[in-house]
This record gives sequence, structure tokens and C-alpha cells, in this order.
Amino acid sequence: MLKYVIKRFIISALTILVLCTVVFFAIKAIPGDPFSGPEYTEEMRAQLQALYGFDKPVTEQYIAYMGNLLRGDLGISVYYRGKPVADIISAAFPQSLDLGLRALFTATIVGVGLGILAALNRKKPLDYLSIVVAIIGISIPSFVVASLLQYTLAIVFPVFPVARYTTFRHTILPTIALSLPTIAKFSRLMRTSMLEVADSDFVKTARSKGLRKHQVIFSHQVRNSLLPLLAVMGPTTASLLMGSFVVESIFAVPGLGNYFVESINTQDYSLIMGLTIFYGLFLVTVNFAIDILYGVVDPRIRLGGKANG
Amino acid sequence: MADAARRTQDLYRHLGADEVQAEHIQKPQLSYARDVAGRFFRNRVAVVSVVVLALLVAMALIGPLMTPYDYRTTDVASVSRQMAEGGRKALGPSGEHWFGVDTLGRDLWARIWMGTRYSLLIGFSAALVQALIGVLVGCVSGYCGGMVDVIIMRAVDVLDAIPYLIYVIIIMMVFGSGILPIMMALTLTGWLSMARLVRGQILNLKNEDYILAARGLDTGPVGIMAKHLIPNCMGIIIVSLSMAIPGAIFSEAFLSFLGIGLAAPLTSLGQLISTGIREMRNYPYQLIIPSAVISLLMLSLQLIGDALRDAVDPKLRR
Repeated sequence: MLKYVIKRFIISALTILVLCTVVFFAIKAIPGDPFSGPEYTEEMRAQLQALYGFDKPVTEQYIAYMGNLLRGDLGISVYYRGKPVADIISAAFPQSLDLGLRALFTATIVGVGLGILAALNRKKPLDYLSIVVAIIGISIPSFVVASLLQYTLAIVFPVFPVARYTTFRHTILPTIALSLPTIAKFSRLMRTSMLEVADSDFVKTARSKGLRKHQVIFSHQVRNSLLPLLAVMGPTTASLLMGSFVVESIFAVPGLGNYFVESINTQDYSLIMGLTIFYGLFLVTVNFAIDILYGVVDPRIRLGGKANG
Repeated sequence: MADAARRTQDLYRHLGADEVQAEHIQKPQLSYARDVAGRFFRNRVAVVSVVVLALLVAMALIGPLMTPYDYRTTDVASVSRQMAEGGRKALGPSGEHWFGVDTLGRDLWARIWMGTRYSLLIGFSAALVQALIGVLVGCVSGYCGGMVDVIIMRAVDVLDAIPYLIYVIIIMMVFGSGILPIMMALTLTGWLSMARLVRGQILNLKNEDYILAARGLDTGPVGIMAKHLIPNCMGIIIVSLSMAIPGAIFSEAFLSFLGIGLAAPLTSLGQLISTGIREMRNYPYQLIIPSAVISLLMLSLQLIGDALRDAVDPKLRR
């Protein structure tokens, strides 16, 4: 187990290092600098460059940036003058986390529920309904779903507020839009894995012991079907994060995703860099935690039984 | 008794058996591709999806030619005339402009099919290049094994830990928008899953007897890969390719939505939708029509991918 944890840890640390390096040099490779506009005099430009450290050689900047990173200092935003990137992130992250957790919670309940119902009613209308929901959720891009939801349920039929993120009613549409692809993914996965488990020996044993039907379903089938869900938790977190970019910007949620889109449009290099690295760190941490958890729950993984690992 | 036996013999006549005929295999042998195609086209959903996709591709090719308006020239005269006659409602779909015009007076029919053309172009070519790189890397990694395999797979793990869209966004910012940068950005990270898939398959295949036989006949590693390993992975390669196409189209639309996809005179479905969202209060058709087109496109591609997967491996079907 310790060997497994160390191996996962080294991979995670390496990932973060590669990410920071790639992001840093990629941003430095963008032609021009943020202070080359006509509104800056030569003197101002030199001062600003000195303030942001852009006048030093790139390798020196890299070492300084990485050093600051270790202390949790992500530099100062270019667009929001003088505001540290770390402050912007810590102010906006709670909203994103709130929306993300709501979406994850909704997706797990609805997706898993739909998957179980579909597997139990195989080849019946409910099953087909779940397949249709899954296909739609997987194939229609989240920004289309989000904008159509906003148009129909907030503008044409004003059931919900159009935008912003204050009361519970404000959170409903963004949560639906963000969770739909994950609902689709979970219900599909759950359905397949329920059907797979239904054929396994321990379910047959449980049935032949004369256990009640719901007992077999819930304490044997469902419990064992949940395992593959844990394996996709990492990619799911990632897709929720990416989805939050567009959902937050459509519904004007003051979260990180919105800042990300804004920083691309305003060419705020230090904010982009900070956000990318923050996202990377967050995801790598989540993935690491999930890997460890998976190793604890399923011993086959940590013993190297994975065929293509 | 003897009488009865003779009577039975009279009733039955020995016709004789043609030894060659008896050995004949009844069903004509099907090649793998035919077998898969047969299963694929028996699936009604798949056939409908293929028809829908074919229609969309045809419209992407001929749609812009069907109207006299160009996708990037503004029709100011017509817009101001219609505005004078019927207010801003007049910008919507009409006999003159079938899908209406956008707020700059550009014909939406031409723009939408042009956008579909670029979305399809980017989707298909990015997916193909991704698949090519993925198959090559996966093959080398799986067949060579040892240190080569460990290094390649760890590199894939590291690259894969960050959602590819983050890399893509950074690359797009460095190289600016355009068709080539977008394809580069998409292929740079898109090959990872294909490489992993092919490697897994090759690990299963490389200890098969026919590979041993080929090696015994002095076939080199390149020959074994090209003649034996890749053809035997073709099923999963095609399935994964068909899943990568909607993925690439989605990524392009996502980037265009963020404003770093294709740049101005060019257009794509993602760009049209992102403009449509800004105008949806007054001109909802500008959001609804491109959304419908991209949804149909993604839906048909996804369903074709699913059907292909079922056709290639019927065991997976549930």
C-alpha cells in the first residue's frame, strides 16, 4: 500500500511540475506584452515591467515564479491593477466550489438513480428514457443546454431568475446545466455496471440463499456497481470544472470559471497563469485522493492487477 | 419379418451422397469488415444517424451555394429596408434570407452551413491526426515494452492528469486563432486516450501464436506491427476515432465560445452560438438555429459511434 501511495505521489508531483513549467513558458512565448499599448509612455512601460519583473531574463523569472509559487504567491493581476491573483482566487473559489458540489450531488443522485432504475427495467420504457437522457446529455454541448435553459425558463417563461448567484432559486438553472453531462455519464455507467454485476456469482448466491429482492439489489448489486463510478470521479471533477467556465459566464456566477473566461478576453497573463496552475493543483490533488481511496476500496488496483496500468 | 424388412426397403430409396457437397459450408464466409457492416446497418438508429449526418455534410458542402448571399458580406440595403417595414422582427427568417440575418446583416443560412463546414473539417481532420499519432505511440509502447513502455506511459499519465482543454486554451493563446493552430492544439493532447487503448490491445495480442509464427518467419517489428498488430486493433481504433470526432467538434465549439476559436471572417457553429447567446433576447432564432444544427450533428455522430462500438464488439451490447 505504501509503495502504491508513493508511486501515485511522485506522478502527481511530476504532473504539477510539468504543468507549471509548460504554462509559464507558453505564456512567456505569447508575442508582445500587456504594456505595449499606445496609452503607455516608455517610462511607464519600463516601470510596469520592472514591477511585474518582466525585464529580467526568462529563466530568472521562472525561478522567481516557482519560488513564489511554493509560498502560495501567484503574482499580481495585470487587468485588476495591484490585486494579487491569490486574493482573486480565494474570493471567487467558494462560489465555484458551491456550484460544483451542487452539480456533483445532483448528478450522483439523479444519475445513479436513473442508472439503477434503467437496469432493473431493462428493455422497458424507463430504460429507453434513461438511454435518451444519456445520449442527449453526452452529445449536446453544455453551453447550448445552458443558454437554451436560460432562454426558455428565464426569459420566455420567467420561472427562474435570469442570472446572478444569490438565493437558492438562482442556483437551480446553473446546477441543472452543469450537472446534465455528468448525469448522462453516471446513468450510463451505472446501468452497464449493474447489468454486469447481475450476472456475477455472488448475486446468484445471494438470490439462491433466498434473500429478498430489494436486499439483493441494494446490498449486493448496487454496492458493487458503485465501484466504477469512483474510477471516473477524477475526469468528472475535471469536466465539471471545464463546464463551469461556460455555465458561470452564461449565468453570471461570480466564480473562478467566469474569471478564467474574462482573463482570456482581457489578456490578463498573470491571472490566466495563476488560474491554470490552481486548477491543475486542485485536479491533481483530487485525482491523488481518488487513487488512494480506490486503492483502499479495491485491493486489486494497488496490487498491480490492472491489466493496462 | 423378412417380408416386412423388404417392404421397408422398398419404401425408402437410397439417393447416394455427394461427398464434396456434404463437406460444403452452408453460409458464405464473411470478412470481418462485412460482418461489422452487416451488424451496423441492421441497427435502425445507426442508419437514421448516417442519413442525418450525410444530409448535414451535404448541406455543409452545397448549402452556402444555394443562396445568392455570401457568408461574410453584409446586406445593409435589405436590412434597412426590412427594418423600415417591420421593425427588428423583420431580421428573422424570411423568403429572402431563409434563416434570417445576423445583427451585422450577414445571411445566416450561408453562415450556418459555412460554420458547419468548418466544424466538420476541424472535427474530422483533428480526429484523424490524433488517431494516427495515438496508434503509432501506442504500438511502439505496447510492442517494445520495458523501459520504453514505462517512460511513454508515465508521460501519458502526466499529460492526462490535466484536462486537455486547459492545454488547448494555452496553446490557442500562444499561436493565435485560426484553423491550423486549433488543429494543432487539439491533436497535441487528443492522442493520449488512443495511445492507451492501442497499447492495451497490443499487450493482449503480442503473445498470440500467430505473432510468434510471424517472428519465426523472420518478420521485422515494423512488419509485425503493420501486418498483424494494427489490423487486429482496427475495430477499437475505428470506434475510438468515431468518438473522437464529436469530441473535437465540441472542443472547437467550446474554444469559439470562449472567444479563442476561429477568428472573424471564418465562422463555426460554436462562434455562431456564442454570438446567438448575446442576441437571444431580441433575436432568439440566432441562438436556436445554430444550436439545433450542432445538436443534430453531435447526436448523429455520437449515435454512429455507439452503433459502431456495438457492431465491432457485440458482446458489449446490453
